[in-house]
Amino acid sequence: MAIDFQRSAPTHGARVGRKRSLWLRLHLDPWLLSILLLLIAFGLVVLYSASGMSAQTTMAQAIRMGIALIGAVVIAQFSPATLYRWTPLAYGLGLLMLIAVEIMGDIGMGAQRWLEIGPLRFQPSELMKIAMPMMLAAYLHRRPLPPSWRDLLVCGVIIAVPVLLIARQPDLGTSMLVTAAAVFVILLAGLSWRFILSLAVMAGAAMPLLWLNMHNYQRQRVLTFLNPESDPLGAGWNIIQSKTAIGSGGLEGKGWGLGTQSQLEFLPERHTDFIVAVLGEEFGLIGMATILVLYLLLVSRGLVMANQAQDTYGRLLAGSIVLTFFIYVFVNIGMVSGILPVVGVPLPLVSYGGTSGVTLMAGFGILMSIHTHRRLLKH
Amino acid sequence: MRKRRERVKDHEQEVRVFRNRSLVAAALIVLMAGALVSRLFYLQVMEHDVFITRSDNNRMRVEPLPPRRGLIYDRNGQLLAENRPTYNLTIVRERVDDLDATLDRLVQILGLPEDEVETFRERSLQRQRPYQPALLMSDLTEDQIARLAVNRYLLSGVEVEAQLMRYYPDPIVMSHVLGYVGRINAEELSGLDPGNYAGTHFIGKTGVEYTYEDQLHGKAGLRKVETNARGRVLRELDREPPVPGKDLTLTIDSRLQHLAYDLLGGRRGAIVAIQPKTGDILAMVSAPGFDINKFVTGISYADYRALQDDIDLPLYNRAARGQYPPGSTVKPFEALAALQNRVVDANDIVYDPGYFQLPNDTRRYHNWLRWGHGRVDLRRAIEVSNNTYFYTMAYRLGIDRLSSFMHEFGFGEVNSLDVQGALPGLMPSREWKREKYNQPWFPGETLSAGIGQGYFMATPLQLAAATATLANHGHWVRPHLAERIGDQPVKPPFPDTKPDVQVDKTQWWNDVYEGMEEVMSGREGTARKAGAGLEYTMAGKTGTAQVFSLGQNQKYNASELAERLRDHALFIGFAPVDDPQIAVAVIVENAGGGVSGLGRELTDAWLLPKSELKDRPDATVPEEVESLDGD
Repeated sequence: MAIDFQRSAPTHGARVGRKRSLWLRLHLDPWLLSILLLLIAFGLVVLYSASGMSAQTTMAQAIRMGIALIGAVVIAQFSPATLYRWTPLAYGLGLLMLIAVEIMGDIGMGAQRWLEIGPLRFQPSELMKIAMPMMLAAYLHRRPLPPSWRDLLVCGVIIAVPVLLIARQPDLGTSMLVTAAAVFVILLAGLSWRFILSLAVMAGAAMPLLWLNMHNYQRQRVLTFLNPESDPLGAGWNIIQSKTAIGSGGLEGKGWGLGTQSQLEFLPERHTDFIVAVLGEEFGLIGMATILVLYLLLVSRGLVMANQAQDTYGRLLAGSIVLTFFIYVFVNIGMVSGILPVVGVPLPLVSYGGTSGVTLMAGFGILMSIHTHRRLLKH
Repeated sequence: MRKRRERVKDHEQEVRVFRNRSLVAAALIVLMAGALVSRLFYLQVMEHDVFITRSDNNRMRVEPLPPRRGLIYDRNGQLLAENRPTYNLTIVRERVDDLDATLDRLVQILGLPEDEVETFRERSLQRQRPYQPALLMSDLTEDQIARLAVNRYLLSGVEVEAQLMRYYPDPIVMSHVLGYVGRINAEELSGLDPGNYAGTHFIGKTGVEYTYEDQLHGKAGLRKVETNARGRVLRELDREPPVPGKDLTLTIDSRLQHLAYDLLGGRRGAIVAIQPKTGDILAMVSAPGFDINKFVTGISYADYRALQDDIDLPLYNRAARGQYPPGSTVKPFEALAALQNRVVDANDIVYDPGYFQLPNDTRRYHNWLRWGHGRVDLRRAIEVSNNTYFYTMAYRLGIDRLSSFMHEFGFGEVNSLDVQGALPGLMPSREWKREKYNQPWFPGETLSAGIGQGYFMATPLQLAAATATLANHGHWVRPHLAERIGDQPVKPPFPDTKPDVQVDKTQWWNDVYEGMEEVMSGREGTARKAGAGLEYTMAGKTGTAQVFSLGQNQKYNASELAERLRDHALFIGFAPVDDPQIAVAVIVENAGGGVSGLGRELTDAWLLPKSELKDRPDATVPEEVESLDGD
């Protein structure tokens, strides 16, 4: 039905005919990789302090990031065409696993998030973070853009089913991130501004409804966010301590390993979700600005790469991956510094822990694949 | 051809739209990053001072260092109150992996009944903030501490904490002298210097522990420490050591105190012995006593109820708070009043037909000896405790002069320096009765007061103090329990001491002394059996107090009822007469009579060089039956 044709005229004619560089042959992007490595290195430095000078923890994280990086390099070797072919498979598999979790998932902390296959514990919602934008990009790739009402309806179904399943686990943070990844695809596809505006109004109107459907602990988080002092020893403890850590760091910070809030364990989750507070305390505003600049460089490079993509699928997918990554950064730093409610979002590439790092790195692998296979696209 | 709706993909336009959207996104990203940066700037630069203070408050804690409470000794250096380390079991729930398993294990290790698990669970939940230890159990035995130590690796989050606790080696006999310390309650807390008492858990509640709280407590020190979020102290930043409380030496001779307690022989009563020249209270016993150590650790409700409901009222300090009609023991003082007011001369004879009659009144006020003592002068009146003589004196004095002279000896007043809770008794007067009952004073009431009955009430401590003053030729020294606070001796003159009792002729003192000596050694003396074989001169006076009614809430069986309706027996005395070393007041409730021997035993023990107070076997109460005393 959809008419799809490939424009043979390359966007970057300057490179045609020139011998492909080593980086292109390796399907890697030197800029992206350098910034990633810088971020990971900085993250490891902070983690060493945040883990209470635990070489073991730091080494484990370094190995994990190394493996994730290798994974990204491997993914970059697959052409976007291959990824495009696998897209429905990935999405279907993710959906199936979410249903499996719903039926027989582990019950831990009132939340069913994990699927155990033999010795492996797997979080299907992580797969969805990638599979969702892939699926939407693949769908819209075959449709004329901007998307029609019918397309939007189909997209709505593609989004709603897994998001609702994740939200039911319940994992509000991840379901919102998956939704964000999906929404970015549609927005980048050229959804009309009028539609976006009316959707925003509707979302505002839906807030009370959302409140009614929240779990008690989720409501508590929102209330605590609005007034942390109301429960300074209970739910407000985290945010008060993290603000104190960041604020007491000042301009230059207290020095590496010398943050009293972090080292004396006043700061909870200091090496996972709240690691940026350690950074703020020990490296001050200068340290915070540094990491923000690194993140912004990464995002800028990502946006450039997305804009250079040659087809709709690659463009939309790359753009969504980059924007979602920034949302991670914004939500994490925002929650730790007290301008957003506490949702369990780690600081990408810095927080200790495996799953989300692997997912993010896979995203960067896809980004590099899209960027380095530009002239090899076949349909 | 497709319908117009079926648009075709326009790649040029898609790229344009994407670029457009990317630029909007980039702008938004810059905006959001700007929001983060301004938030961080606000926290880290503008509000930096607030947060650096907050972070310092977080990690630095000022811990009070409670001072060691002063020890208490008797006059011979015998330890009466000490501080012993006791061990408490605490738990920090955040550090416990499995609360149920840990509590089960604890109960098992400590060898406690299984239902204690529930108690422990409740206690483990009582605390104010995370990582604060909750007290599970206090006063662990050495055996329990050892067992906990062995199993320590199984019990993360469980700690044994040492704390100094008051301990009284001689808790029952010393109970009313020492009083006790107990946990500070909310009411007491509001009146305390919070800084000085920040680390203190106990405060003197009664007795000298209460009176000398300020000196015994000392001054709290403090240390500034750095802690982690779990409250664990990592290092000390600053320290101001506490000033320990001062040790208190009492005037009490614990051997005499023990003798006095033993002399009471399980009966209800009180004995007070005072050194007249110094005002030292050598013994102050109220029997029965109670175990003051129980109050330190926190007495159980059942134990407390048992003490409260005990019909013998062990918690009641009879020595300082027991207000009894003094009976005939007031007669020597009254004799002096009569002499000083010149209503009688020592050699004047009053004829006793066995009763006294007020003029124009047919009512007869009887002597205790129905047929009368016949011709009675002042000395004989004291010796035989003649009522008619003293009715006559009271009548001649009138209540105003009698009351005011008795006040000079401290009746109706509190004159002790440091006896906690001492009561004033009651010396009735015309004004008092007008105020209290809005009634005029009746002449018959003067007669009752004249023999220490009616409204007249005195405590054993007051009687002993009055006796000491009498022995001192009227020189007042306020009776006191403290001999030394730290290095500082507690010495007369004391502030607010009453003026000495002045009489115009010194001989009058001797007239009264002679009468009192006859009580002990005269042919007709009411305590002549107790006074037999005295190796020194002793002055004494017996007395009985009628029991008019019983307490309202007390239940008695028939035989107990008879016992508890018997008169209280009293004795006052001092010795040696020419150089008084000890003055005593004895009261035994419902004894009927025959307590003079107790006074004699005490003076013997205090005065005779051969007496060894320490190794004295339990003294038996002499089964002497005295001639019936007054009234």
